[in-house]
Amino acid sequence: MIGRLEGLKSYLLPQFLIDRDDYRCIRCEVCARQCAFEVHWYDEEEDAVFADESKCVGCLRCATLCPTNALVVRHNPTQHPPNANWTREVLQNIYKQSETGGVLLTGMGCDTDYPIYWDRIVLDASQVTNPSIDPLREPMELRTYLGAKPDALKVGRKGGKPSLETRITPQLKLETPIMFSAISYGAISYNACESLARAAAEAGTYYNTGEGGLHRNLYKYGEHTICQVASGRFGVHADYLEVAAALEIKIGQGAKPGIGGHLPGEKVSAEISRTRMIPKGTDALSPAPHHDIYSIEDLAQLIYALKEATHWSKPVSVKIAAVHNSAAIASGMVRAGADIIVLDGIRGGTGAAPTMIRDNVGIPIELALAAVDDRLRQEGIRNRASIVVAGGIRSSADVVKAIALGADAVYIGTAALVALGCHVCQKCYTGKCNWGIATQDPYLSKRLNPEVGARRLVNLLRAWSHEIMEMLGGMGINAIESLRGNRLRLRGVGLTREELDILGIKHAGA
Amino acid sequence: MLREVRFRDDKDFSGCSIFGMMNVRGERFNGEPMITAIANMKERSNGLGGGFAAYGIYPQYAELYCFHMMYDDRGAREETEEFFKSRFDVEGAEVIPTRPCEGVDDPPLLWRYFLRPRESLVCSEREADDFVVQAVMHINVRIEGAFVFSSGKNMGVFKGVGFPEDIGRFFRLEDYEGYTWVAHGRFPTNTQGWWGGAHPFNILDWSVVHNGEISSYGINRRYLEMFGYICTLHTDTEVIAYGVDLLLRKHGLTVEDMARVFAAPLWTEIDRMPPREREVHTALRQTYGSLLLNGPFSIIISNRSQMIGLTDRIRLRPLVAGRSGEFMYISSEEAPIHLVDDGLQETWIPQGGEPIIAELAEKMEEIETKGAEVISLPASDSA
Ligand code: SF4
Ligand code: SF4
Repeated sequence: MIGRLEGLKSYLLPQFLIDRDDYRCIRCEVCARQCAFEVHWYDEEEDAVFADESKCVGCLRCATLCPTNALVVRHNPTQHPPNANWTREVLQNIYKQSETGGVLLTGMGCDTDYPIYWDRIVLDASQVTNPSIDPLREPMELRTYLGAKPDALKVGRKGGKPSLETRITPQLKLETPIMFSAISYGAISYNACESLARAAAEAGTYYNTGEGGLHRNLYKYGEHTICQVASGRFGVHADYLEVAAALEIKIGQGAKPGIGGHLPGEKVSAEISRTRMIPKGTDALSPAPHHDIYSIEDLAQLIYALKEATHWSKPVSVKIAAVHNSAAIASGMVRAGADIIVLDGIRGGTGAAPTMIRDNVGIPIELALAAVDDRLRQEGIRNRASIVVAGGIRSSADVVKAIALGADAVYIGTAALVALGCHVCQKCYTGKCNWGIATQDPYLSKRLNPEVGARRLVNLLRAWSHEIMEMLGGMGINAIESLRGNRLRLRGVGLTREELDILGIKHAGA
Repeated sequence: MLREVRFRDDKDFSGCSIFGMMNVRGERFNGEPMITAIANMKERSNGLGGGFAAYGIYPQYAELYCFHMMYDDRGAREETEEFFKSRFDVEGAEVIPTRPCEGVDDPPLLWRYFLRPRESLVCSEREADDFVVQAVMHINVRIEGAFVFSSGKNMGVFKGVGFPEDIGRFFRLEDYEGYTWVAHGRFPTNTQGWWGGAHPFNILDWSVVHNGEISSYGINRRYLEMFGYICTLHTDTEVIAYGVDLLLRKHGLTVEDMARVFAAPLWTEIDRMPPREREVHTALRQTYGSLLLNGPFSIIISNRSQMIGLTDRIRLRPLVAGRSGEFMYISSEEAPIHLVDDGLQETWIPQGGEPIIAELAEKMEEIETKGAEVISLPASDSA
């Protein structure tokens, strides 16, 4: 007796209401053409535009493009009976599930109100005893190298000149400590992938293929590409490994720790089928675990297999979701040979995840980062791997705080997509992204011009880098490595003793 | 003043004067010119700290580790002496001679010990050094009220709360003869007078005096902690001393390479270097980025054969070098060099991040066996 209820009036209230100012509306039908959810339509007889608000996801494509600003999309103000326990979200979820019998799906990162520690941490600046540095007049260095570093260096002398005797293992060179997170071709459009690739190359940083393989046309950006090897092994073959600047083994993802992925068959177009190496139109199912990694020693084997397969020419990264025992897990990963460890926090984004998993599994990235950096230092192995954090980095200030807590660099996913036009409507899993990002529909994806997309992303990185330089200069620091792990430059505001201890920072005023 | 009642700031913030003087032939001179020179930069200190390091002052004990100690009370002394006896052969123990001096109040108990690591506990020279470093860490961290001023051979640190010239007289530095001396006058903004907090900072033969504030202190300290150095003093200078020990003694880098770690060339400069040099400098920054000293500083680092001056890479604090026959000078200001040396031949100002290295002309062992005149030590009362 399970089954979708068809033809009955839904108990769901529209999430958004659309106000159309009929005086302003010029009947251009832009909204009708732009909305893939088919909310708007023009009625010739009445010479008027109407909307079916129950379909609206609030992506604001229509309101943004309407030439006369005739549209206001607003949150439906209808009140459910006041109840702190049975809130609107809770009730709506139950109505939805009782109508469909399905798992609740969502896109993007967790949107519930767990504390955002970034907003509870403030930065320091120099006054009197130490001059601040003006980045417009003085050099300010953001260059960052990711990869294992030796504990000590042996420098010999050849003909009176120093010469290096220690072999430095391969490193990634970043001109700014920000990279683009793993987002697969499949989850996002080809144009979105190309935008990220071009921007990474231009800005001197890296983007990550996610688990969807790499389209042949993008091989030319290989030097700025981190190729992911995930549990489904989609699109993993010799050329793919060869072309990458680094490889990343994806164990977990902050948005859905502990579960796999699912790209529905409708999205597996001819291009995607070729790139992922799966038959066209079949579902791409990533298993929850890697079935060749049931323990830490298995991870070590895969790390070394990848290094061996690529002649030890590139760093290997391992990405996990931030969970309760991240510190111990991370320590194991470093000992297993990971050159870079990536922690993805509870706010990490996704193309599709079960809502209950996204919103209830995992821990905030700030706490995981602090714990992992501490643990690796206590064990004296912090040099052996770089730490990259992902999941919820929203601004240059978040980047600075992450680095001061101990990260070498950050990944941005959602912020990068927002730069491309994403309005965080969380409907990526529908494949109907009106902004041409999370879709494979050519009509929609051509809305995103990769040239323009790359420019927007490069602008974002440039703006953030300038802001980071200003903050560094304010602290009297002119190289990013002097901020990394320098928690004395942070203070907590309104945090408990325990939170401060985990973050390893003092309270403001202390 | 006891350590617990110090302010709990992240670290000390201070401005300072530094002065170093070396006879490159290893000929020894007394502390008088040092007191004159550092007194000339009185503007740069505020009476809350001064100190000296002198090399070559205990030639008759050149083989032994000399521990200069300060104690808050007798209990701390007894506990430390017990500790010494359990790990070292104590060849000498005595009160450091002082004279009452206006401006120097409430001195702690000041003692020195000449120690040989117990043979059954260490095998090699290298091991002996590690053994001594561990002993220093143990005392500073575990023994309440005890603090090690210095732990090198044939050298010692004299420091305390007061103007440096008063501290110099208090310690009777005119009675000591050394071939390298460094001095420091302090202008801290947030330290209560605690004798251990004055400069120089020392570990084994290495001493550091420092003018400036290191904005990278937080990470420098956390990095050194990974290698077993525990920073107990919350001063930038302490991290420099331990950084020197790590890079030069433990990792075997040269002084030039160490300078490149502390005051690294900019990436734009590194990118322009010839390939082999570029490789070295890139690797130094990659490996030791956490030891880059950021923020304004000028320092003098010294050991038994060298005296090294260095400023931060954008030169936010002053440093000037001078030469006059056998004497090399490094100073915060030029005037005191002229004051102590009429025949000064040249002075110059180094680039930011470029080290000035003064080195003894001969090997240390030869100088030490010359053994000039010996300062007589009163008989020990507790060994
Ligand atoms: S889904 Fe987007 S484009 Fe369609 S009506 Fe709603 S806000 Fe406008
Ligand atoms: S990518 Fe598109 S569908 Fe996903 S949240 Fe952003 S705007 Fe919505």
